[in-house]
Amino acid sequence: MEDAARLLQLVVNGAAAGCIYGLIALGFVLIYKATEMVNFAQGDIMMLGGFVAYSAVAHWGLNYWIGGLLAIGITAAFGYALDAIVLRRVIGQPQFAVVMLTLGLGFIFRAGAGIVWGYDSVGFDTPFTNRTMKIGGLILGADNVSIIVGTLLLCLVLYLFFAKTRLGVAMQASSQNQLAAYYMGIPVRNVFSLIWAISAGTAAAAGILLSPVSMIDVNMGFLGIKAFAAAVIGGFGSIPGAVIGGVFVGIVEQLAGYYLPAGFQEVTANIVLLAMLIVRPQGLFAERMGKRV
Amino acid sequence: MRYLFRTSYRQDLRAWRHGGDLFWYGLLILVCLIIPLVMGEFYVGELGGVYIFAIAGVGLMLLVGYTGLISLGHAAFLGIGAYTNSVLLAQGVPFLVTLPVSGLLTAVCGAAIGRPTLRMSGLYLAIATLAFGGIVGTVFQKWNAVTGGFDGFAVPTPYVFGISVEGATGVYYVSFAVLVFVLWLSVNLLRSPIGRAMVAIRDSEVSAQSMGINLAKYKTLAFAISAGITGLAGALFAHYVRFLAPDAFDVLLSVQFVTIVFVGGLGSLRGAILGAIFVRLLPQFIAIMRDSLPFGIGRLPGLEPSLFGLVLVLVILFQPDGINGLWLKTKHWFEAYPFKRQASGRRQKSYARSERLR
Repeated sequence: MEDAARLLQLVVNGAAAGCIYGLIALGFVLIYKATEMVNFAQGDIMMLGGFVAYSAVAHWGLNYWIGGLLAIGITAAFGYALDAIVLRRVIGQPQFAVVMLTLGLGFIFRAGAGIVWGYDSVGFDTPFTNRTMKIGGLILGADNVSIIVGTLLLCLVLYLFFAKTRLGVAMQASSQNQLAAYYMGIPVRNVFSLIWAISAGTAAAAGILLSPVSMIDVNMGFLGIKAFAAAVIGGFGSIPGAVIGGVFVGIVEQLAGYYLPAGFQEVTANIVLLAMLIVRPQGLFAERMGKRV
Repeated sequence: MRYLFRTSYRQDLRAWRHGGDLFWYGLLILVCLIIPLVMGEFYVGELGGVYIFAIAGVGLMLLVGYTGLISLGHAAFLGIGAYTNSVLLAQGVPFLVTLPVSGLLTAVCGAAIGRPTLRMSGLYLAIATLAFGGIVGTVFQKWNAVTGGFDGFAVPTPYVFGISVEGATGVYYVSFAVLVFVLWLSVNLLRSPIGRAMVAIRDSEVSAQSMGINLAKYKTLAFAISAGITGLAGALFAHYVRFLAPDAFDVLLSVQFVTIVFVGGLGSLRGAILGAIFVRLLPQFIAIMRDSLPFGIGRLPGLEPSLFGLVLVLVILFQPDGINGLWLKTKHWFEAYPFKRQASGRRQKSYARSERLR
């Protein structure tokens, strides 16, 4: 009984951490599906979102909910500007140029955040900090539950947006066939920038959901590497796959931390990623795609 | 302007284009050999560091500039080379054996990591090498029995033909010899069928495949060669730093290597060396400028990584051909004077080929 409860506890903790990875991975996948770029700065955008929320709550004295929404909005606007000003220029350069560009941007964001907010870890009070919930004899941290519920809600909102709204359908169309979307009168460039905005907003939401569990600091962008594992497991083109992959990585990581000797936990995500590439490189939910000459 | 006329069939096979090349590069080698006799210990040491980074840069250039793949884990290969070399030396194996062995072992590691990932698009290699770098870094920290963990590892002094390679001058000459060897190897490799296959893969995977090139095989080969050369650089790096600490081989170092390749100019071996000079001199420059910059910018922590990021971003956006491209344009301006036109240096816009079937 003791063991089963312990196991369940680990799984819930892992699922909560995994939801964060999943949300970051969701950002990669949205951008990759639309523009075939991979944004290596996604983790750093999450860090920026977390810091903006910290400023909103701790410095400007806003309510947690309002401050969080404001931070998501500001980060989304930042994502839009990033695409419109910087990334649109490299269309036509090889793919690895984009990889290096976003990696370089990540370093700049980190330094920028260090200059503005300092290099110390910060945190702010949330309605979920240090509270527990009791569900059927199981004691769970409210912070973990809030992450899981928040991720589910966000996924639902994104699903409804992409399936039901005019703009969402236009985004799907632009991702599937850029040229045909142009012919239908969709402003593809703006739509791509908006996808960057959604992706940055999702990352900011991940940063805010993470804030009750861990402090916000300049180097939290390195979580992005674990999110790669999530995206690869999901198949890099699949949105539900990214979230499921994230949860999988999170749970495996927690279990490895408990059952394996020290040092394994930090590399679990990397090992899972490499193993996945060896066993099934196309991911669990791969879309079948051919190659174009 | 020099016009080249083909006067014999052997001319196409030569590694140099004309006598001028041979003269100037020979002069450069002579100057490099004399430098330790006339310059101070500090400068000789720094130049030795430049040579080591240039070796790694040439290795990465073969991968990024000539095969069109990107690796974010070359610091791990440098580390594998460094630890292999030092551990074997500590066991009493002579340096002339440990150096090639560390290169070979690193190449095998590269092949092992490249083989499964290179079936997919080049993007997966970037991600897989990033993950590999993380794993190797942790192994260096935790495998106390071999690497000494965080306590570090004192690198023994190597002997070449009975002469001990000590101090800045010793490392300088050994690194220079290895750099010249690696350049000679790369120039010849690029003129061989393997090199031609690599360039074909870079320009179009599909057309390379339809010409009968086995993609997975040549990509893995290119990756293994690149890793092996970086392993050689790692073996020398161990003697350069003299004391190995596991946290030296992190992502930042990998990013520095990629910066070498991009800043120097993709697709040119000369670029790898120019890039190495830039990357090694930038921290020195920061150290000198630290006090004279306004607003205390020079004292900010994390200045160096962000400057590397900034340089990378600016080069990709505004000068995609790097320093080498700048040099070629300047040369062209003088050679063609006064006929330089706006359009002469313009890049042909090549739209990134989609990897999807639509």
